[in-house]
Amino acid sequence: MIEVIELQVSLLEEVAAADSLDALEAVRVSAFGKKGRITEQMKSLSQLDGDLRKESGQALNLVKDAVLEAITARQADLNAAELEARLTHEIIDVTLPPRPRPDGRLHPVSQVTEECIAIFGEMGFTVAEGPDIEDDFHNFTALNIPPEHPARQMHDTFYLKGQDGGALSVLRTHTSPVQIRTMETSKPPIRVIAPGRTYRSDSDATHTPMFHQIEALVIDETTHMGHLKGCIIDFCRAFFDISDLPVRFRPSYFPFTEPSMEVDIGCSREGGELRIGNFGEGADNWLEIMGSGMVHPKVLEHGGIDSARYQGFAFGMGIDRIAMLKYGIPDLRTFFDADIRWIKHYGFVPLAVPSMVRGL
Amino acid sequence: MKFTLSWLKDHLETAASTDAIVETLIQIGLEVDTIDDPGAKLAAFTVAHVVAAEQHPDADRLQVCVVDTGKEQVQIVCGAPNARVGMKGVFAPAGTYVPGINIELKKTKIRGVESNGMLVSEREMGLSDDHDGIIELPDDAPLGEPFAGVLGLDDPVIDIELTPNRPDCTGVRGIARDLAATGLGTLKPFDAAAPLDGSYASPIDWSIASDGNACSYVVGRHFRGVTNRPSPSWLQDRLRAIGLRPISALVDVTNYVSIDLGRPLHVFDANKLDNNTLTMRRARDGETFMALVEREYTLDSEMTVISDGDTVEAAAGVMGGLETSCTDDTTEVFLEVALFDPISVAATGRKLAIESDARYRFERGVDPESAGWGAEVAARMILELCGGETSRLVTAGIKPDGARKIELRTDRVARLGGIEIPVARQAEILDRLGFETKIDGNIITTTAPSWRPDVHGEPDLVEEITRIHGFDDIESVSLDQDAALPSAAINPAQLRASLVRRALAAQGLNEAVTWSFMGRLHAELFAENADMLDSLMLVNPISSELDVMRPSILGNLLLAAGRNADRGFADLCLFELGPAYRDAGPDGQLLVAAGVRHGNAHPAHWSNPIRIVDAFDAKADALAALDAAGAPTANVQASREAPAWYHPGRSGRLCLGKNVLAWFGEIHPGILGKLDVRGPAIGFEVFLDALPERKDKSAARPLLNLSSLQPVRRDFAFLVNSDVEAGNVVRAARGAVRGLISGVDLFDVYEGKNIEDGKKSLAIQVTLQPVEATLTDNEIDKIAAQIVTAVENATGGSLRG
Repeated sequence: MIEVIELQVSLLEEVAAADSLDALEAVRVSAFGKKGRITEQMKSLSQLDGDLRKESGQALNLVKDAVLEAITARQADLNAAELEARLTHEIIDVTLPPRPRPDGRLHPVSQVTEECIAIFGEMGFTVAEGPDIEDDFHNFTALNIPPEHPARQMHDTFYLKGQDGGALSVLRTHTSPVQIRTMETSKPPIRVIAPGRTYRSDSDATHTPMFHQIEALVIDETTHMGHLKGCIIDFCRAFFDISDLPVRFRPSYFPFTEPSMEVDIGCSREGGELRIGNFGEGADNWLEIMGSGMVHPKVLEHGGIDSARYQGFAFGMGIDRIAMLKYGIPDLRTFFDADIRWIKHYGFVPLAVPSMVRGL
Repeated sequence: MKFTLSWLKDHLETAASTDAIVETLIQIGLEVDTIDDPGAKLAAFTVAHVVAAEQHPDADRLQVCVVDTGKEQVQIVCGAPNARVGMKGVFAPAGTYVPGINIELKKTKIRGVESNGMLVSEREMGLSDDHDGIIELPDDAPLGEPFAGVLGLDDPVIDIELTPNRPDCTGVRGIARDLAATGLGTLKPFDAAAPLDGSYASPIDWSIASDGNACSYVVGRHFRGVTNRPSPSWLQDRLRAIGLRPISALVDVTNYVSIDLGRPLHVFDANKLDNNTLTMRRARDGETFMALVEREYTLDSEMTVISDGDTVEAAAGVMGGLETSCTDDTTEVFLEVALFDPISVAATGRKLAIESDARYRFERGVDPESAGWGAEVAARMILELCGGETSRLVTAGIKPDGARKIELRTDRVARLGGIEIPVARQAEILDRLGFETKIDGNIITTTAPSWRPDVHGEPDLVEEITRIHGFDDIESVSLDQDAALPSAAINPAQLRASLVRRALAAQGLNEAVTWSFMGRLHAELFAENADMLDSLMLVNPISSELDVMRPSILGNLLLAAGRNADRGFADLCLFELGPAYRDAGPDGQLLVAAGVRHGNAHPAHWSNPIRIVDAFDAKADALAALDAAGAPTANVQASREAPAWYHPGRSGRLCLGKNVLAWFGEIHPGILGKLDVRGPAIGFEVFLDALPERKDKSAARPLLNLSSLQPVRRDFAFLVNSDVEAGNVVRAARGAVRGLISGVDLFDVYEGKNIEDGKKSLAIQVTLQPVEATLTDNEIDKIAAQIVTAVENATGGSLRG
């Protein structure tokens, strides 16, 4: 029995002393190999008899288990140590740049258009569309701008040769023709917005021959100027995310609305920098941002809607313009330059889908 | 429309401040463009009293004066001969900017004597060229107050940007009437309009030709024995204050009445007229006219003129002629007070490119009644300023009746305007604006005044009442909705466009918005045929580089890529989602997502070799767009057919059946050359309108059956002729065995060493998904053999050994 205990002590010492996986393997072979010490002891058991064999066998098994357990444990330690040693040599330069991933940006016009849709969508508006190349009727006549009316001079219209020598087509000078197209194809109550490209033959520091507008049209039996004010105030405050943004309505003139009003929002021009917000109601604290009014009865009639029964409001504003104001983009002309530096700087990541739930 | 505050107060009795007046103007829709307050600029110059004046000890021509500024006594050295004890002058302390000599005064010593400011002359103030001495103010000028008020130089000039619907406000009186309606003041009576008896018959008469010209009615009046001299200073000052140059009394009167009352007038030198009848008629095509501004204009038959015999003496309502204009020598005058059609005047003015005060008024619509009182007002002024006598009136045509009866239901203000205003108050506002009103139950019967041609119907009256009452008082009401949750704001096609836009940005493309137009020369490179551009040409383009609606977005994107490359950013990816045009018709506008990649496919990177963009980048972009749009991209077929602006061998199209969804590929190097853009560049165009609509509206997906059996993968390499398309191999393998093959991926294309010329090796990995039981080796071998046979049959190739 003493032999067995000595064997165990000796083997456990050897296991503990093994300083590599190879050394440990040598210990294992010396214990459990064909000629291993434990193997030899096992073989010798057969020469014993009776109770002694049983007793010795049990003792030997305990030794065997203990040694195997020690080897396994030692093996794990050595593995860990070896991994540790290997990893200390596996070094990268973490200051190296990673592989580039796609990183495209959306144009501010797209983002702001979707922001507008997100806000007006909450108010029950749906998005209507119309063609860029319009006929005279939809762009002018139906909007109570008869031929030769001086008001047409307010719009510097692009004309197209058009087809088959017929009447000249126009590039729509505003998104308002979509009002008419909507009235022609749907019945009140109507609540639509129409964003899109618009064109005027104007090109200077603050005008581009193409720009973007968004139009809103509400027609039902009860909508009045109070609703017009409410809708516009709600929009402006949501869009600019300024809950106390002052909004002012001034009487004005548009052929397609009566009464008509221009809309100003609060701003500051201090230090030559234009900022939107509540800076008091001083004479210099207002910035015009849109035209609005109650839809003119003639416009309703041109759209096939009974003006004795229905009424409503319409307004329109420049998408590029409100984008400039909200995001501090100084120059309209840069919108259409496709300068990659500009798009990267003022653009939006594609995952930033506008929604009122997330906040604008 | 410019006027001064004091001019306004000729018509408006008010104690309101300038600020209050300006604020009210804005609130009633008379948008104030600028306010120029000269008093503010002169505020530092105050009334001072000279209390001592002694000879300068060291200079003969200088005096040492002590002036009382009202706050203190200051010593100054003064060179003016008229400086003397007891006088009141205009004092400028040290530190003041003196406009007439453009210097800032400094405390200084003049020949050893301290001087702390100056008494200024008119020239030093920039008021005139007078430098004979310092300004002398009346004895009662208030000490220490700004002198500008004493001399009437503090009259603010207000400039209103008038909307085209308000002809009445082209005169100061109309503006005063609007302000008075708000209660800010009261409108003063207007008594210059009473008829003035003439003392003789006018030797000159009017005639209106019946040729459909723009004149409906005209009044004339002759004057004799007049002396045309400079106007009195009050009149000159008024005109100057609003930027008009005084000419002579006769001309100044016409300008004054035009601004004061919105009534344009013209005066002819009657001695210079050849005939005793002046005729309103259409011009003849090509007829010429020498205008007051000493420029000759060529007329056409759409324009109306005033002719003296055969000679055109005025472009009606726009500008008078040089030949018969009044000069210093004029002694006999013929006054024209006419009514012209606004549209015709506007068109003539536009064609001749003449901006005049007359056009400004006539094109908005002059009060028809003013043809009558205009002749009286003008006559009074001419007689007063120039003496002489005036004739009885001559007229031609029929004076239109400008009055209109309009009924207003009393609930309309509340129903349309959203504000309850008592009926009496509604009527009061209209009365003050010059309407005649009668309350008749729940109707206010009104007659619109002749000077408000813009008011036609009920909504106009609602506007008048609410605007004068104040839009601010209309309570704002948020829109209500039938349901708490609105339905989707955008339709499936609009959603698709949004998804495609965001998917392309996610592919690394940057969104551009470029012009919907381009230059025809460039457009032809992207047109399937040049004729299609004819209907898309702009009649009045900004420039020849923007003269046609674009048939494709690619051209503008490539030009943009070129511009970016020129700035040093050659490796870039742009896309645009927007319109392209086939024709000018209602269906000629397509919604297209197009993109270009230019230069290197990715920035230089330590781990990646540089790779130049190729057609497969474009194919991936197009497929990403189609995928985002919900197109069944697994069923999309690629074929090597693309329009001429693509590289003929390295481009293709993506179709679903016969439906062309997209083009992609390398841009034709020749096209790049013509655009002056250095390549290489690839591009794609995805036609969003061509996408099939989703048939299944349900949000639910088909049931997912996940197999518990492991898929088996086998690789095959085939040797095929070089012109065999990989798609054929994949398709044949896919169809080789029904139900088991879940995927075929092409993973290698090889030509070159160990492959005979004209052949290539295509390697595919086929994934087998067992359905019922694990496949045995025998079964797999059998399937493999079927795949090989199918591919060999389809392509004429053979399995590589």
